[in-house]
Amino acid sequence: MTRLPQIALLPDGKRLHLQDGPIDLVIEAKGGESEIRLAYEAAAQRFTGLLDELCAELAELRSAADPRHCALKGVVACRMHAAVAPFSADSFITPMAAVAGSVAEEILGAMLRATPLDRAYVNNGGDIALHLAGGEHFTVGLMDRPDRYGVMRTMAVDADMPARGIATSGRHGRSFSLGIADAVTVLARTAAQADAAATIIANAVDLPGHPAILRVPANELQPDSDLGARLVTRDVGSLAEYEIEQALEAGATRARMLLMSGLIEGAALRLLGETRLVGATGGASASHAFQGKAIASMLLA
Amino acid sequence: MADTMTVAAGDKIRCDACPVMCYIKPGAAGACDRYANHDGTLVRVDPHVVLERTVSHGGKLVPFQVSGDWDGKIVRQPDIFVTAIGAGTTYPDYKPAPFIVSSEVDGVDMVTVVTEGIFSYCGVKVKIDTDRYLGPETATVRADGEAVGHVTTSEYGSQMLSLGGVHHLTGGSKKEGRVTCDTLMDLSNCKAVELTVDGGATVVVQAGKPPIVNGVAEERMRVGCGSATIGMFAKQWHGKVDEVVVVDDHITGVLSEHQAGKLLDIADTGIKMKGRRSTPGRYFQVADPGTGWGGTSISDPLSILGPFNAKEARPGLTMLMVSTTGEHAAYYVLDDALTPVETEMPADLRFSVERIQENCEPALCTVLFMGGAGGSLRAGVTDNPVRLTRSVKDALTRVTSGGAPVYVWPGGGITFMVDVTQMPVGAFGYVPTPALVAPIEFTMRLSDYAALGGHMDYVRPLSSLRDSAELRPMPYISGRRS
Repeated sequence: MTRLPQIALLPDGKRLHLQDGPIDLVIEAKGGESEIRLAYEAAAQRFTGLLDELCAELAELRSAADPRHCALKGVVACRMHAAVAPFSADSFITPMAAVAGSVAEEILGAMLRATPLDRAYVNNGGDIALHLAGGEHFTVGLMDRPDRYGVMRTMAVDADMPARGIATSGRHGRSFSLGIADAVTVLARTAAQADAAATIIANAVDLPGHPAILRVPANELQPDSDLGARLVTRDVGSLAEYEIEQALEAGATRARMLLMSGLIEGAALRLLGETRLVGATGGASASHAFQGKAIASMLLA
Repeated sequence: MADTMTVAAGDKIRCDACPVMCYIKPGAAGACDRYANHDGTLVRVDPHVVLERTVSHGGKLVPFQVSGDWDGKIVRQPDIFVTAIGAGTTYPDYKPAPFIVSSEVDGVDMVTVVTEGIFSYCGVKVKIDTDRYLGPETATVRADGEAVGHVTTSEYGSQMLSLGGVHHLTGGSKKEGRVTCDTLMDLSNCKAVELTVDGGATVVVQAGKPPIVNGVAEERMRVGCGSATIGMFAKQWHGKVDEVVVVDDHITGVLSEHQAGKLLDIADTGIKMKGRRSTPGRYFQVADPGTGWGGTSISDPLSILGPFNAKEARPGLTMLMVSTTGEHAAYYVLDDALTPVETEMPADLRFSVERIQENCEPALCTVLFMGGAGGSLRAGVTDNPVRLTRSVKDALTRVTSGGAPVYVWPGGGITFMVDVTQMPVGAFGYVPTPALVAPIEFTMRLSDYAALGGHMDYVRPLSSLRDSAELRPMPYISGRRS
């Protein structure tokens, strides 16, 4: 018997909920009624069997990515690899770091191949692929603690900005973090890129060797974790203000490098109640989501 | 279907609910956070997600996944009883409840409709066995600084709290609603919760456990106040001792002066009590509150007595002093100077002290969950919701919650109360509304179910559940769960 994903509309009758194993997608499309139906059907169709596709190459996806060569076959697997490859020369990273964003992108792509839409998003547990036709925008809520309730701030993403992917990584999420950030939210051109970059930046928010930080080998928690015996953060005790600054600065430095190389459009780093924003500095860059009015509204919200 | 079949690999288990095939260590969850290893058994966690997954697509009910999603348990013997825990529900519930199960009991086809109800009108009533002052009536009760309820009128030997309700769940700030929801869920799942009362005490409440008031665990309820104790035991003391003083922080009782002593013609003894006399034989404030005799600060009971009056007292007069819990007791005989001298207690008086102890029950917190089954939930059971209400009132339909008996409040709707300690572990969940998710089952004869407009097309035989992995046996143990 073929295992089928759960396909259902959420109680509001507008959003589509797709779930299969660890993948949980919430999808919403804006457009004509028949377009939305077509888009949702395409999403459900593409989603069916997608997990099996990924699992066929799971061992490879859980291994450190080769920065030059992709031996993977699946289209989503290749997207995952491409997203992490820019980091894999100087950091340990596996394609799994981009799995959520890559799946979101794949489903959004299937929807848009089926029909034009004004606006759509595929939210894969906080890693979000966006579609914006001209004049449309999204208001996105930022959460500093995924394990808690409530939105810290909101920000706007306009159609004229290049960002079409949002991802958050941190030590409270479902996957483990090597760093201590409560949350690092990244805007990037694609959801897969945002996902990979959020992981990298969140790992960089760190105070190596600090006694107040409890670290445990990842495979002691999840025997088949792609992180193997690498130490992942389980608890962060109290840190001095300057230590919080130091950890955030380490992450922000990494984020600024990614920003300059065009791998991200902006990032918000959060640790123990302190927030650091990294966005393009001046110029005609369209990366203004974390700047100016957007920053003001984020701080006020 | 083998969705939840597991293969042991050392202490790990392998989940095959999906192709990721996670190895899961004991006490840990898989990559999905939905399945966990509980003592070597794969269990479903995250009950509220179940709710969303039964919501239909395009108007058609998506069948509840036959295996893997069910975390219900059999809680009633010898007849199998299906609880609603993990059954999931739709919201709003205009569709048939997730499970409508029929079984045959004594040749009568019985139907149990099981659903997890979402209760935004719900709360808990907490009875705290203590005479300690928790705070004034109507004072706000807080958890995490948020108002979650209030102190209500006290009951015998107990302080009462009324927590939750729609006002705190949805009428206040977002945080108030969330904290209230957490508090209700934790209390209902028999977890410890720290509550503070405005202008009063901090109390740690856990269903089935002694309350901890301002850091001190309560052990026993006193048998009554000192005056009540005199009333209860006067006859047993009559003829065996001349005077009895029952030491109590609230009201200290004196046998010879008390109405109960007067009725037995017990003679005056010339005793002189400290403290403030309320009515004959009843004294307030004989000492400061504390952890000594009868909840007072004293360790020497004679310190609450003045000198005996020589006009009435006589050498050889006997006196028993005892606390309201019987934990402290001493026996005295007046010497020639009318000074009480402690002497070995006669056996029959020792017996009466033990009787006081025997009558002191352990101090406990008890939590009753109270919720109302709304129209939409009832519609999940039948096409004609009001008929379900009538059927419940007419006692044709039995309501249970997680297999535990409930008290259905008379009047409109189906508002019920249930002792949470009688329910299976982890029976309660929540939705971010915020509202609580609690199991509710309606059991009735199949013919009655048809008559009240039941969803007959959705009735499935019990065997169809039993043959799959949906049911996990859990022997019903009457009394409290461990």
